[in-house]
Amino acid sequence: MRALLGSVKALNGAEAVAYAVKQSNVDVISAYPITPQTIIVERLSEFVANGEIHAEYVNVESEHSALSTCMGAAAAGARTFTATSSQGLALMWELLYVTSGLRLPVVMAVVNRALSAPINIHCDHSDSIGARDSGWIQFYVENSQEAYDTVIQAFKIAEHSDIQLPVMVNLDGFHISHTLENVNILPDQVVSDFVGFRKPANVRVEYLGREVPAVLDGVTPISLGIIALSDYYYEFKMMLVDAIDKVKSVIKEVHNDYLKVSWRGYGDGLIDPYGVDGADIVLVIMGSAAGTVKYVVKKLLESGLRVGVLRLRTFRPFPYEEVVKVLSGVKVIGVMDRATSPGAYGAPLFNELRSALYDLDSRPTVVNFIYGIGGRDLEPLTVKRICEKLLEFGRGVKPASYVEYVGVRR
Amino acid sequence: MSLPGWKQIPLGAVILKPGNSVEYKTGEWRTLRPEINQEKCIRCRTCWMFCPEGAILEVEEPYKTQAGKEYRLTYKVNYDHCKGCGICANECPVKAITMIEEAI
Repeated sequence: MRALLGSVKALNGAEAVAYAVKQSNVDVISAYPITPQTIIVERLSEFVANGEIHAEYVNVESEHSALSTCMGAAAAGARTFTATSSQGLALMWELLYVTSGLRLPVVMAVVNRALSAPINIHCDHSDSIGARDSGWIQFYVENSQEAYDTVIQAFKIAEHSDIQLPVMVNLDGFHISHTLENVNILPDQVVSDFVGFRKPANVRVEYLGREVPAVLDGVTPISLGIIALSDYYYEFKMMLVDAIDKVKSVIKEVHNDYLKVSWRGYGDGLIDPYGVDGADIVLVIMGSAAGTVKYVVKKLLESGLRVGVLRLRTFRPFPYEEVVKVLSGVKVIGVMDRATSPGAYGAPLFNELRSALYDLDSRPTVVNFIYGIGGRDLEPLTVKRICEKLLEFGRGVKPASYVEYVGVRR
Repeated sequence: MSLPGWKQIPLGAVILKPGNSVEYKTGEWRTLRPEINQEKCIRCRTCWMFCPEGAILEVEEPYKTQAGKEYRLTYKVNYDHCKGCGICANECPVKAITMIEEAI
């Protein structure tokens, strides 16, 4: 049985992503280096140069071109991968919408990093959270192991015949990307069998009277990147909205299939609750800091306090039904956001979660804690203080403010 | 005419039938129309090459000028797609094309 489960390698999160891509039968890789993502493309270019994978590695002059290259290759039927961070993602901006609009299943690793100015290389989620409306599926992973597992799952989800959407796998810059961990690696053949090779969706062509793969193959000409004005644009957006709604069940299905080959799972694939059953207070969080929060919550549980943590694995689609089901009955909820939305009432995760809970018969107290901006450390003691505060709210103390910025100097 | 709903249109807004841009009559955009004076035209093909829309037609239709010169070809304008940009008139070396205001 042991050989079936593969081997253990000491890898950082970026290397774990590169290794997953190496095993996933990728045809075209194009990326531009940017801290802290650089290790991913460095390793991938080495794999290609050494002949360890049979993929095209396209060197480009910018992230705009990197995603454009992946889009073109994906439109021709290739399985593609790119990776970026922060300003790189910002430079890809217009192509993010084009990729999802053209329904191209590109997989991209985003190593989360704060956006300029002032220039900063450390982690927060402001880069990818800003791209939440671009029509991409977004995963936020907790550690290197999950980064490896999620990239493999991402190809299957993106290319699913009902989905055909790009996927962003977000991993926290440095906290995950540069931290060495023991990562369980599946055998190459197991991953290859799991992800298979890309089969583009078929489309029925009326004048031919048959179905053809919807790719630019030169045999059956199709036009991509067309104009659709007020008479058609809305319908195409509606298709995208409908497709991303279907993603939740596909994520669960792929997660379940992966569980069978790897013996590893993360909640139901969408949400990962810990100690939430019967909890008085729950902290909701995404990304690597969930590990710190779980550590504190475990200590508090041991001391007899009823505290839980709910980690969201996906932000797009937002698993509102699952979240409401798990959180109904909880009196106080603390939402931990690693991004700011200047001028908004609280940060994006808080807003969406609070909105999802609005229809509950008895609404909980929901408080936003914004943390870790620009890589500011989140200490276990801070998490403990947040939990104590939430427990106070549970005893009837009214919060002085529903949006708190923790760890900032005053 | 009722347009198809969002469940009836192709994924990713692809156009499946080639060559259907001719159905889009860009000629409606025109405010000035080019007219070719067949007497002055020397059949040099310059307008045909410069037209950004491919709206100059090279037709195998013989023409004999009043001066007695015989041509095998005639150049005509596809008014369904000519946008009236005037490039042909500007480029014509013998000023055989004039831009005339469209009238209703």
